[in-house]
Amino acid sequence: MANLTLVQAINLALVQEMEKDERVMILGEDVGLNGGVFRVTEGLFNRFGGDRVIDTPLAESGIIGTSIGLAMSGQRPVPEIQFEGFLGPAYDQICSHAARMRTRTRSAFTVPMTIRVPVGGGIHAPELHSDSPEAIYAHQPGLKVVMPASPYDAKGLLISAIRDPDPVIFFEPKRIYRAFREEVPEDEYTVPIGKARTVCEGEELTIVSWGASVVQCMQAIERSNDSIELIDLRTIYPIDMDAIEASVKKTGRCVIVHEAPRTSGFGAEIATQIMERCFLHLEAPVQRVAGFDTIMPYYKLETEYLPDADRIEKAINEIRAY
Amino acid sequence: MPITKALETHIDHISILDEHGSFDEKLGKDLIPDEDLLKLYQHMVVCRKLDEIAFKLQRSGRMGTFPQNMGQEATSLGAAYMLEDTDWMVTCYRENCGLFWRGLPMEKILQHWMGDERGNQIDRKHYCTPIAVPIGTQMLHATGLAWGAKYRGESQIACTFFGDGATSEGDFHEAMNFAANLDIPVIFFCQNNQWAISVPTSIQCSAPTVAQRGMAYGVECLQCDGNDIFAVAWCMKKAIESARDHNRPIFIEAVTYRLGDHTTADDARRYRDDEEVALWQSRDPLKRMRAFLEAKGMWNDAQQTELDEHAEATVTAAVERAEGIETPSRDDIFNWTFADIPEQIAKQRDTMRTTSLGQDPSQIASEQATTKA
Repeated sequence: MANLTLVQAINLALVQEMEKDERVMILGEDVGLNGGVFRVTEGLFNRFGGDRVIDTPLAESGIIGTSIGLAMSGQRPVPEIQFEGFLGPAYDQICSHAARMRTRTRSAFTVPMTIRVPVGGGIHAPELHSDSPEAIYAHQPGLKVVMPASPYDAKGLLISAIRDPDPVIFFEPKRIYRAFREEVPEDEYTVPIGKARTVCEGEELTIVSWGASVVQCMQAIERSNDSIELIDLRTIYPIDMDAIEASVKKTGRCVIVHEAPRTSGFGAEIATQIMERCFLHLEAPVQRVAGFDTIMPYYKLETEYLPDADRIEKAINEIRAY
Repeated sequence: MPITKALETHIDHISILDEHGSFDEKLGKDLIPDEDLLKLYQHMVVCRKLDEIAFKLQRSGRMGTFPQNMGQEATSLGAAYMLEDTDWMVTCYRENCGLFWRGLPMEKILQHWMGDERGNQIDRKHYCTPIAVPIGTQMLHATGLAWGAKYRGESQIACTFFGDGATSEGDFHEAMNFAANLDIPVIFFCQNNQWAISVPTSIQCSAPTVAQRGMAYGVECLQCDGNDIFAVAWCMKKAIESARDHNRPIFIEAVTYRLGDHTTADDARRYRDDEEVALWQSRDPLKRMRAFLEAKGMWNDAQQTELDEHAEATVTAAVERAEGIETPSRDDIFNWTFADIPEQIAKQRDTMRTTSLGQDPSQIASEQATTKA
C-alpha cells in the first residue's frame, strides 16, 4: 500500500498496464519527456521509450483518429486529450468512428481505446480548461464514460478501462488531482466499470454525485445532522441505476450534484429514472444542484459557478422540510 | 544580402498509356504482365456493370442511395494490384474495383448500400476497412493501422483513398502531418475526380495541383493520369517502396473523373456541362484498356461479348445473394453497441414495443394504465 494522490494512482495504473501488455501505447500532446501538463505520464517516456509514449503533433482529431487505427490494428492506445475543452476537434472521430465501429461492422472491427481527459473547474485555469462535458459523451451510444472521485478508484477504473474491449472516455477531475491522498494497493486490481460506490450510508436522504463534486458533497454531509447516503457514480455510462434505486427506495429523498450545466446534464437522466423506478417511494421532488446554463465563467467567478457545500446543504434542508 | 531560394521543387506527372493509345515503352516496360492485364480489364468491366445494375436497383426501389464508381475504376484497381494482399486498403466509397480485386465479395458492398450493417462485417483476411462515410476521416485510421504494424515490426503498410474534396478537411492535413513526422508507412492516394458533389476542385484547392499539398508536410508527391492503370501502377510501385522500405509516406494525386452522379440521389446535369462529360468519356479507363488490348491482338469483339455476359451474370448473382439475405431480427439493433450488452440496453431491447421503454417489466406503467382504463 502507498499513500497516493489521484495523479500518482493513475500514473501507477499506466505503468502497470504498460508493463503487463505491450500493446498499450500512450499518445498525446506533451505526454513524453514533459510527462503531460499535469504530470500524469511523468517518467513513462524514460521507462518505456518513445515508441510507446509518443509526443504527437498538436492535433486532437489526429490523436484520436490515429488511435482508432492503432486499436483496429490490435494495439491498446491510451490517448490523452490535454483538457476537456480541446475535445471539440476530436468529437467527429470519437462519435463518428470510435463509438460506432463495432456496431457498423458487426464486431469485425472494434476500438479498444481509453481516452484520458482532465475535466472540470476549480483550478483557476484559463477559459476552455474548466468544462464538464460528460453528458455529451454519455449521450453518444457506443461510448463508456468514467469519472473517478478517489485515487483508489482512479487506479482500478483505469485498469478496467484499458482492458475494456470498447472505447472508454476516462475523465480525470483535475481539481482533485492532488487534493488528497488515499491508500492505494501496489498490486494490480480493477474497479468494475458500471458500478457505483456508496461513499457513506444513511437512512434519510440520498445524494448522487460524481467526480470532484463528491468532495463538496462530503463537506455538506459532515455539516448536516441528517442521516445521508452518498453515492459516487464512478461510471456515468453505463449507469448503475440499481444502486441509486435501492438507496432512494430506502431514503425517499434524493439530491443530485454535478458541475455540468443543469439543463440536459446527466442529473436529468438520473432524476427521470428515479421517477420511473421509485415514484411511489419519493417523499419529495428530486433536487438538482448543478452548474448553470451559462458558459463556465473565468476563474474570478468560478467558485460561484461550481456547486459548493452551501448550495448542497440548502438543497438537503429544502427536501428534508418538504 | 541577396534573396536566396528557401525551396525549389517540382512535381512529376506520370502518363504511360494515354487516351489516344500511345504507350510509353520505357516507363511501361515490365510493369504489368499481359496475363494480368486481361484480369484487370475484366475486373473493371464487372465493376462497371455493378454501377449499371445498382443504379437500376435504386431506381426501382430495391436499394437505397448508391454511389457509382464509373470512370474511376483504374485508380483503386491499379493500387490494389500493386499492394500486397496483407497491406491495408482504407477506402471511402469509390474504390469498389480495388476492393473486388482484394476478394471482397460484391454482395458485401450491395448489402451496405441496401441498409444492412453486415455489409461492413468484412473478414479481416481482406485487409479492407469498412467504407468510410464522413469525408476524409479514414486517412487517420490508415495512419494508425500502418503505425500499429510498424510498432510490431511487421512489413505491412496502408494505402488510403479519398477524393479532392477530402483534401480540404482538417483530418487530411493531420494525417499527412502525423505520418510524415512520425515516419509512418502510409500511401495517401487522392482520386481527384474533379467534383465533390457539385463543387469543382478549384474551390477545394487553388494551387495548380492537389499533389503539392503533400509538400508542405515534407512528403514526396506524384501526380498521374488516374485513368491510366499503368501510370497508377508506376506511382504505386514507387510509393510502396518508399513506405515499406523507408517508412516514408507518399502522396499520389490520380487525376480522374466521376463520370456518373455523386450518388443516385444527385443529378450532375444541374452543375456541369455535357461537353466536359463528353471529353472525359473519351478518356474512359475501360475504353482505353480495351483499345490497348485490341491493338496488342489480345482482345476481340467475341471476347468482349463473352465478358459482358460474364459481368452481367456475376453482378446478377451477387444481387441475388444480397437480396436473399434475411433481415436480422429486430433484437439485433441492441446486440452490437458494446461487447457485452449493458443491463439498460438489454432492458430497452426487452421493452422496445411497450410504452415504458427501458423499465423493469414489473414497473411497466402502461399495464397499470390499461388496467385502470
